[in-house]
Amino acid sequence: MMTSSKSMVSKTDSSNSVKDSSLIDSLGKPKENSEVVLSVDHVGKYFKLPTEQATGLKQAFINWTKGIKGYKKQQVLNDITFDVHKGDFFGIVGRNGSGKSTLLKIISGIYVPDGGTVKVKGKLVPFIELGVGFNPELTGRENVFLNGALLGFTREEIEGMYDDIVDFAELGDFMDQKLKNYSSGMQVRLAFSVAIKAQGDILVLDEVLAVGDEAFQQKCDDYFTEVKKDPNKTVILVTHSMDSVKKYCNKAILIKDGDIIVNGNKEEAANQYTLENLQAEKKEIEQKNGQYADGLNSRCPVLKVKPLSHQICKSSDTFRFEVEYDFNEPEDFYLAIALHDLRRGGVAFDTGSETLKYTEHGHRTVEFKMPLNLFNNGDFRLVASLRTLSKKNPDTTDMVAFTNDANSCAFAIRDSENRDYALINDRVMQITQVGSPR
Amino acid sequence: MKTLAKKLENRYHYSWVVLKELVKTDFKLRYQGSFLGIAWSVIKPLMLFGIMYMVFVRFLHFTDGTPQYPVVLLMGNCLWQFFSEATSTGLRSIVDRGDILRKIHFPNYIIVVSATCGALISLGINLVVILIFAVVNGAHFTWRVVLLPLNLIELYIFALGCALLLATMYVHFRDIQHIWEVVSQVVFYATPIIYPLSMVEHNYPIIAKLMLMSPIAQTFQDARHNLIDPQNVQIIWSEIHNPLVCLIPYILSFAFLVLGVYVFRKYSRKFAEIM
Repeated sequence: MMTSSKSMVSKTDSSNSVKDSSLIDSLGKPKENSEVVLSVDHVGKYFKLPTEQATGLKQAFINWTKGIKGYKKQQVLNDITFDVHKGDFFGIVGRNGSGKSTLLKIISGIYVPDGGTVKVKGKLVPFIELGVGFNPELTGRENVFLNGALLGFTREEIEGMYDDIVDFAELGDFMDQKLKNYSSGMQVRLAFSVAIKAQGDILVLDEVLAVGDEAFQQKCDDYFTEVKKDPNKTVILVTHSMDSVKKYCNKAILIKDGDIIVNGNKEEAANQYTLENLQAEKKEIEQKNGQYADGLNSRCPVLKVKPLSHQICKSSDTFRFEVEYDFNEPEDFYLAIALHDLRRGGVAFDTGSETLKYTEHGHRTVEFKMPLNLFNNGDFRLVASLRTLSKKNPDTTDMVAFTNDANSCAFAIRDSENRDYALINDRVMQITQVGSPR
Repeated sequence: MKTLAKKLENRYHYSWVVLKELVKTDFKLRYQGSFLGIAWSVIKPLMLFGIMYMVFVRFLHFTDGTPQYPVVLLMGNCLWQFFSEATSTGLRSIVDRGDILRKIHFPNYIIVVSATCGALISLGINLVVILIFAVVNGAHFTWRVVLLPLNLIELYIFALGCALLLATMYVHFRDIQHIWEVVSQVVFYATPIIYPLSMVEHNYPIIAKLMLMSPIAQTFQDARHNLIDPQNVQIIWSEIHNPLVCLIPYILSFAFLVLGVYVFRKYSRKFAEIM
């Protein structure tokens, strides 16, 4: 477990270093040369999950006499190694339960690693689980001072940054109100403002980009853009938003099941993350034992769309996939394939129900290909249905089986030449002006 | 060497700042929402004292007959209130502040210290009230008053040691809260607080000596002896004549602190995960 992840880390590391430096040079900020402010070295962590209720003396005693440990080990992080340099905007991405937050808590010193070391240079300000531990009975002002103290600032230091914090939170009129009279949005806004306006060297942020209303988010966006340019401020950001990773970060790691899958390159981390999510959707809807999955039945026990190409594509690629079916009734049948646009919604393309006609019965696969140059970036899903001619009305078809989410094929288009907003690419379609304005 | 000293200073500077803020907050919150506010920290022990005085001195005649006994009783009551408050709030302190511990890393022993400091503040206020009573009651203060702070420090050390131990246990076993309630009742009645030590001594001299082995009984007696009534409040030195045996409760106090600090340090690293 340890060795495999190590080799993977070093491999991706070396292959990324070339791309990375070019990327960073274009930003005019040679970060590789600046000092390391956070060094995570072979960090591992497991939790003891209680198998029985073990917070009572009686149970602890019974377990002890029976020789039961009363818990099972859950390995959360295996062997995590990475460095963050001064001025970095460092992204940590990964699916739920991959160990990101645990890693963040270890970095912040809240958890203690079971193996390896974490070295932090400078003052670290964490913002974890949407808050910094406010007390509802204290006023906003008192909470700011209490929190500042907990973060390690003296009263004078906090007084120095107090106005900044209140300004940023836009809560000037409420600072002498008790926190319990704040709306939840106001509380989070204040907590977030304390975290980012505190004069720390390293800011650790966990899932924060949905804080506050649109105006506040715009403000945060401006702030992050500003921080990104500041060579003295280091930010470590855990997020599920790949857009913000691409926008703010200069480096990122992708964590999966406690291992670093991608180390360094933010584009690669973001794309790999999208892929992980596409694949994960399938796993989650596993076939119930003994029964047919949604959409399948005894007439057609197998119908599946499977990718043959890589699932992260460029617009210039041709996407290849195959449809696997098992149909044994004597009549002819049809396959209908539709392309769903997951990001924007709607059906982007459909073959129609009577285009692909087959007479080959049994368990077979058919291969297809599809050009992608029409589309901008997006997440797509190919779904198929197997149909026979309708007995009542021979002009139409009846659906025998269809692919559910688990049996259909998802893929994503990620191309730096593409835009993100519209479905259709502006290289294949333009709107042209006719005549001059009248 | 110089950097080490500076590092140490930085480290404790941080703890000090946190301690100040936490104590301030706790104190602010204690009587929040009540009309009398901070006055309660004086009124409450006075009322409890009134009840005790009526029950034990007037009805049950638990008195050694000396004129200072009511003040001695009041002081014992206040000292007990300190110990009981320090240990019970100390016990819950870590779990109660769990939300902060899960979000920020800071020296978490400060939480327990601040809880006991809150109790110490109340004791300070109460001592002022006791002094007034003592003066009104015509107590004769001797040079021994200067020893009082030492007794209080010892009591604080013992209470802090207990609080650290209890807080650590409470994170793991929530039963401790109930067990401690019972145990502290036992300790309360096993300590000459509501009855004079002379009453026990009269019937069971051995038990009186054993009682004084407990740091609580020893400090309570010492404090009352030094502040109020050196003539009539017996202390360990007047009861037991082997000076080595006399040292036992003092050593116990420090031993509890050392044990408490050791256990707390050992387990506190994982507090955030367990809660």
